[in-house]
Amino acid sequence: MSGGSGGYSSPKIGAGAPPPCLNGPLMNQHLSVPTEQGYNVVPPAPYPQQLPAKNFPRLAAEQHNYDYHQNFQPGGNFQGFGQSSSRPPLNATHLQKGTSADGQGIPLAAYPASYSRMPLPSQGSYAPATSSSVHLGASVPPQPSWQYNLPQQSHPVGQPPAGIQANHVIPAAGTGQARAPLEPYGSAGPKPAMGNQYANTAGGSFVQNYTNQVGSSHPPVNQPLTQMYQPGRTPLAPPPLSGGPPLIRPTHPLVTANHDAPLAQNLVGNSEGFNAGSSGDQSVAPDNYDTVEGGGEIMQPIQQGLKTRRTLGHSYPSLPPGYQNLAGPGAPNTEGPQQFTQAPHFNQLMTGMGGLSLQQGQQSEAARSLNLLQERNILPSTPVRAPHPNLHKDLQKLNCNPDVFRCTLTNIPQTQSLLSKAKLPLGLQLHPFRDLSQLPVVTSSTIVRCRSCRTYINPFVNFLDQRRWKCNLCYRVNDVPEEFMYNPVSRSYGEPHKRPEVQSATIEFIAPSEYMLRPPQPAVYLYILDVSHNAVESGYLNTVCQSLLDNLEALPGDSRTRIGFITFDSTIHFYSLQEGLSQPQMMVVSDIEDIFIPTPDNLLVNLNESKELIQDLLRTLPQMFSNTLETQSALGPALQAAFKLMSPTGGRASVFQTQLPSLGVGALKSREDPNQRSSLKDVQHLSPAIDFYKKLALDCSGQQIAVDLFMLNGQYSDLASLTCISKYSAGCIYSYPSYHHKHNPVLVEKFEKDLKRYLTRKIGFEAVMRIRCTKGLAIHTFHGNFFVRSTDLLSLPNINPDAGFAVQMSIEESLVDVQLVSFQAALLYTSSKGERRIRVHTMCLPVVNSLTDIYAGADVQAVTCLLASMAVDRSISSSLSDARDALVNAVIDSLSTYRSAVLSQQQQQQPGVMAPFSLQLFPLYVLALLKQKAFRTGTSTRLDDRVFSMCEVKYQPVSYLMLMIHPNLYRMDNLSDEGSININDKTIPQPPILQLSVEKLNRDGAFLMDAGTALYLWVGKRCCPNFVSQVLGASNYVSIPQNMTQLPELDTAESERTRTFISWLREQRPFFPVLHVIKDESPLKASFLQNMVEDRTESALSYYEFLLHIQQQVNK
Amino acid sequence: MAFTFAAFCYMLSLVLCSSLIFFAIWNIIAFDELRKDLRSPIDQCNPLHARERLRNIERICFLMRRLVLPEYSIHGLFCIMFLCAQEWLTLGLNIPLLFYNLWSRYFHSPTDSNELMYDPATVMNDETLNYCQKEAWCKMSFYLMSFFYYLYCLLHSLLPMRSPLHWRDQTQTGRPFCGTPASDKCTWKPGTLMRVEVAHSHVD
Repeated sequence: MSGGSGGYSSPKIGAGAPPPCLNGPLMNQHLSVPTEQGYNVVPPAPYPQQLPAKNFPRLAAEQHNYDYHQNFQPGGNFQGFGQSSSRPPLNATHLQKGTSADGQGIPLAAYPASYSRMPLPSQGSYAPATSSSVHLGASVPPQPSWQYNLPQQSHPVGQPPAGIQANHVIPAAGTGQARAPLEPYGSAGPKPAMGNQYANTAGGSFVQNYTNQVGSSHPPVNQPLTQMYQPGRTPLAPPPLSGGPPLIRPTHPLVTANHDAPLAQNLVGNSEGFNAGSSGDQSVAPDNYDTVEGGGEIMQPIQQGLKTRRTLGHSYPSLPPGYQNLAGPGAPNTEGPQQFTQAPHFNQLMTGMGGLSLQQGQQSEAARSLNLLQERNILPSTPVRAPHPNLHKDLQKLNCNPDVFRCTLTNIPQTQSLLSKAKLPLGLQLHPFRDLSQLPVVTSSTIVRCRSCRTYINPFVNFLDQRRWKCNLCYRVNDVPEEFMYNPVSRSYGEPHKRPEVQSATIEFIAPSEYMLRPPQPAVYLYILDVSHNAVESGYLNTVCQSLLDNLEALPGDSRTRIGFITFDSTIHFYSLQEGLSQPQMMVVSDIEDIFIPTPDNLLVNLNESKELIQDLLRTLPQMFSNTLETQSALGPALQAAFKLMSPTGGRASVFQTQLPSLGVGALKSREDPNQRSSLKDVQHLSPAIDFYKKLALDCSGQQIAVDLFMLNGQYSDLASLTCISKYSAGCIYSYPSYHHKHNPVLVEKFEKDLKRYLTRKIGFEAVMRIRCTKGLAIHTFHGNFFVRSTDLLSLPNINPDAGFAVQMSIEESLVDVQLVSFQAALLYTSSKGERRIRVHTMCLPVVNSLTDIYAGADVQAVTCLLASMAVDRSISSSLSDARDALVNAVIDSLSTYRSAVLSQQQQQQPGVMAPFSLQLFPLYVLALLKQKAFRTGTSTRLDDRVFSMCEVKYQPVSYLMLMIHPNLYRMDNLSDEGSININDKTIPQPPILQLSVEKLNRDGAFLMDAGTALYLWVGKRCCPNFVSQVLGASNYVSIPQNMTQLPELDTAESERTRTFISWLREQRPFFPVLHVIKDESPLKASFLQNMVEDRTESALSYYEFLLHIQQQVNK
Repeated sequence: MAFTFAAFCYMLSLVLCSSLIFFAIWNIIAFDELRKDLRSPIDQCNPLHARERLRNIERICFLMRRLVLPEYSIHGLFCIMFLCAQEWLTLGLNIPLLFYNLWSRYFHSPTDSNELMYDPATVMNDETLNYCQKEAWCKMSFYLMSFFYYLYCLLHSLLPMRSPLHWRDQTQTGRPFCGTPASDKCTWKPGTLMRVEVAHSHVD
């Protein structure tokens, strides 16, 4: 750590901490301790099953990583086949073969399973209306205005062809029961006259609405609670006196004073009822709860009742984790048990705005403050989910899936001053092209949009009457067009608010012809392969060619799909694949200074017409260069050639590169000093060395070309410069450091699987994304891979389902007279079938005016990811230590504001780190970020790894990035079906998530760490023999193979359980995480232990020390 | 006082300052051009427009970059000139901007590359755009104010009679009849005397 971040060093921490710091010697002294104790953790309390010490061998693999592939073989002659350009002139007519090479559906088969846990609210299944214009996922393609060759698209209307839009899985079953949630107002309670009236009603009737509907339409998640909220109870009933007098004292300012007396009565009764229900179990958990709750303000019995249910102390809750996941998709929220184990805080429930709905309860719960220093097990045992915005439940049901669209603050501050006071970043996290299991697709000749701001009509607009709607972004009143009056779902007239556009926050339109001036581009794929000696030596060509051969049919596209190949070493090789040739022809261009395309017509060929030639080429390509002696790499000229080749059409260029480009334009020099890898000083060379790649990327972006980069380098390749080619052309970047087909078989497997996904996943061409927000909010910075074309328009030559985006926002005008704000992301793209489509996501959030509510609504994961993106920018524009300081300061600032502005005087007096419940994981996540590859110092990190990690931080969606920041740890040797969930008739166990601390490890057990891109199964030395034999298939611990990467398919219950759990984890992400079985002496143990973010390392603080540091800074 | 070196400096800086004002105005217009995309949203999404728009952005950024160095060198020249002319006040007014230019653009340059700023890839971020636009406005107002300041200083050095200090010098040394303190107090006296004399002559 540099001198600039000196406040972070441990001497200060030890000094000012009121609680005794039991964490052993200070860090500085610690450095002199032998390395094997570097990881040793002395927890504050004695743990019987703690590992005494762990040896921490410095990565043997890393040390010789860079020394591969340097043995040149003398002799051997490069013999390409046919370097001639003499070929018979061919008739260049494109035959239209009516095949449908369709691969869209393939990667999706896995997804419905994971999705059913978190159902999209009401993205419902519309009744199959044969004559309507609303599609059921897959259905009729529009009749485009230009005529290509669409014979295969002429399916009859009634039978949706599975091939065409297979991505949008048809909700075959469930149309019946899904109808009910579609109706905004259930059968209970008096129906207001107009559907969307709630949004512009004033406070009084707001509450009225709640009272009428909350109880009856809530799912019975928890029986006593549901009864509590039963509006049917007489409001004046005296509270049953079973648990002592209620001492309800509102401590927080009223959000709105709308609650009236009967409601309050109800609540009093409710708390009593709850009390009576839970006072049976009087097992009092000891210690710290009073301070946590704020000095016994709440009545004691409730506390006790709560305590028994809460995850407290050192034990896990008795409730089976994840039991709520058993609930069907109809349940509106499956937050996991901690929601209920940490039941609502009643005095806040009293004060909370209309605090009657369940979400209100959660919100006030989220506002509760915790003393982090006293919460030993801060990590919930189930996956952390996005908080629910404090909305009317009907709106909430319609709101966008948080996996697609989420905001760092689910309660938007009213003014910029309030926002800057809260010290939390305001921004959005987007995953716009995510694979969805259900997606309503609408074809209509007119797409209804606001006339002034061009917002698409969405569920959060107000219908003033049947003929007019008011835009929720600019408040302009628009007319409802005549066609919109007819609702094809119900086949009724005059119900525009029942249209799918108004019922689903995520929707896809098939754009009419006015959205395109030129015909949509065909799917064009160009593969640019490094064939220098280094590349051939690594053996990646085999894998790429084999994967392409296997997936040629599955490449997304239609009959127009085109494909081409370029290889390069010190020269550029083109391959003519014109139909009619007997074999592919290679053309070598050695003039790399002034690159030209030898035969522009036959290099990108129609996939269907030239399939045999392509297959021929792919079979011979790996052998063609097997004896090459060329070590130079002319990547720059190859990219220029690719640009020229693809300029007329646009498309996707996939570059496979294994070394530093050394010839022609774009040649780079090594900038890394290996001695500096683990230095505490600032990291240099995080920014590009030359502008060539950025400029070329911008040119590519202008021609709708995206460049995807696969780095398979063994040595330093200056990713900081190379990645620019993908960053600005909306490509994606993959890195397989030290790839070698023999030395690194694990990576080969991962590469194969990733390639399969990469080749077959959905793709959108020539896309643009525009993000609109309610007037008053302004977007000021974007994060991700794209080119910003206008202040709110991102140019995306390609869009893939794994790309995430983040934006930062500011509040330019005060939102005082606004209750709700909305955000809309519209993605216009050309599908691989040549359709122009618009995918629209809309999210609606409430506006609040108090800091308490802002903190209560903070989404800690989104905040962390946005901060990480900002920190990447900072480390490039300023320095890494600046970025690290900024991350720590973000925690300190927000917590100290919380302490000074939100907590009462009494609470402020208490020592400790007080944090709102919603931000309880914030320090932990930030600490994890500081130990992440992108931002860590002191641990040996190669520059390329760091840069790649930074790229991932910028473009990975939240759900995948969070695992890379803070992995999940599970205990595997005692998996049981308790609390398991059921997907597709498979029982998937749900073990609790453990904290990332070595103290949780146990020599008697086996532990699985899910780090997003890799899975580590650590097997303890004394692991029960049952697990070793039944799951790992080895007779004893010693006989477990060293580099085990697959679990044997044994016919035992344990094996079955373990394998279903691991495959379930894998299904949740697009790319394949390799499983590493790790024993005590494995070389990979170091990377496993590096993820133990709560522990102290030689150069970084433990979680407890970090908290002490924060405490010191906050209490200053 | 005659035409000094300082006067020459001010004269030159007047001319050059007008070019700086022009640069700043040009920058403001360019940012405005960048910000607004006079297209209908549907048209904006058109891929053909993408190319055109990208070219536009790159062209504007390129031109703006071309103007950076002249602007900075002109301003640097000012500072050197005023240093030589020992116009300390003027120099003091210009030094902060000089440091800002040097710091923000050369020492604090975010990239290792030689491209300094107005990167077409990031300039469209609202934050960057706002910052650059504000900067351009501030610079323009600074140049405008310094233009008038230079004008004043130029006149000041060219027309010494206007100075109250010089006036006193001349009144004290130039005229014989102002030799006494009494006449210093009231410059009217000689005039009245004259008038009296005239009156006398008229009577005569």
